[in-house]
Amino acid sequence: MGEFSEQTPINIITGFLGSGKTTLLRGLLAAPDLSGTAVLINEFGAVGLDHELVENVTEGTLLLDNGCVCCAIRGDLQDALRNLLSQRQSGQVPYFRRVVIETSGLADPAPIAYTLLAEPILQHHFRLGGIITTVDAVNGWVQLQRFPESVKQVAMADRLIVTKTDLAEPQQIAALHTSLRRLNKSAAILEVAEGDIQPPALLTDDMYDDGGRSREIEQWLAAETGEDALVHDHADQIHSFALTYPEPLDWTAFGIWMTMLLHRHGDNVLRIKGLLNVTGVPTPVLINGVQHIVHPPAHLPAWPSAERHSRIIFIVRDMDQAVIEASLATFNKLANPNAQPGEVVLGRVN
Amino acid sequence: MCSLCGVLGGRGHWTESAATPETFASREQPHTRARERQMRTRLVNKVLDHYGLRLGDWSGGTHVLRGPTGRTALVNNLSEMWAAADDLCRQESGCDPLDPDLLQRLAGD
Repeated sequence: MGEFSEQTPINIITGFLGSGKTTLLRGLLAAPDLSGTAVLINEFGAVGLDHELVENVTEGTLLLDNGCVCCAIRGDLQDALRNLLSQRQSGQVPYFRRVVIETSGLADPAPIAYTLLAEPILQHHFRLGGIITTVDAVNGWVQLQRFPESVKQVAMADRLIVTKTDLAEPQQIAALHTSLRRLNKSAAILEVAEGDIQPPALLTDDMYDDGGRSREIEQWLAAETGEDALVHDHADQIHSFALTYPEPLDWTAFGIWMTMLLHRHGDNVLRIKGLLNVTGVPTPVLINGVQHIVHPPAHLPAWPSAERHSRIIFIVRDMDQAVIEASLATFNKLANPNAQPGEVVLGRVN
Repeated sequence: MCSLCGVLGGRGHWTESAATPETFASREQPHTRARERQMRTRLVNKVLDHYGLRLGDWSGGTHVLRGPTGRTALVNNLSEMWAAADDLCRQESGCDPLDPDLLQRLAGD
């Protein structure tokens, strides 16, 4: 198996209908740093990416036995990526170093992530990069109130791109920011106006990218300490919170707990990101999960600060933070029976 | 790919540190895959005991999960094990790490 750095990263660009996904993509692909990018689009339409490799992926899913919507292997995507791989290896297409998948406006990003992580051939050659979600500054707030697809796209994002800010009133943008931060505590929120597409780091920084990993973790931690949202809106049942755990976590006990939690509640655990202080491991261990799907853990070469507390960010639907805290503490104590109860501290409820 | 059965093998499960050795390369103490398997089996059996289930090692490469009526299932990793545990245990609600009864029992161990 190749190291993560040898695997071709795949970014997902998602966002509600008309939120500016294609405009963002077109702008990003014009950047020299992102040359050699293959693009998969799962809805038909003229995109005008003449110099890029563009394939259209039609909808089609193969449900697994458990029937879970988020754990569906996208048969169309699987075939498209295998074809791309084959064509790259045989020289039929120019060598590409990155793949970007633009989803349809109503798509759920979870099956795409699951396809990449669960398919035996693809997982050796590709890895999931960041999930970028576009949100329309004019209509985004209303869409979040009315369309659960939009809420889920925001909750799963690593980057939230607020588009069309030149057309929106400042109070509209402020209200949208509040809703976005409540739904997703850890994602960077960036604003773009027409034609104002910014840096390639939007795609390249992620927890498996050697160059961008530290910046990505700094972003998580900065967002975690930001102001909590005060406005409670229609999407209240989905919220994010951060747990801070001062004692080292036993990796085996954590794995048992996390797999059990995601097996039972994965439908409601939309996203987990964490920086863990693992017993016996001096460097921080990074975890990253989307619903039932957990990325292979990565690591940072050093702790970002002198504080070595584990920090886990949850984005959940209808789940109680205090219950999750107590459960994690109880499971960790199985491996560390001498630990004192009530170890989880500083958890915040929005 | 397994040369005997022709099954395509993926990378190891994310919970197994041997699957991502670079992530755990800085470990201070000697660590073996076998020891981690033993530890995992021991800890998970503390949880499974609540449901009348028992996990055992099977040939060093997989595990066998036994139910209260003697039914068994072979499982390759923890994610597969919880799905099998739901089938084998007699509790309608299945295995839930947030269940207060389970947490109370584990806290008393």
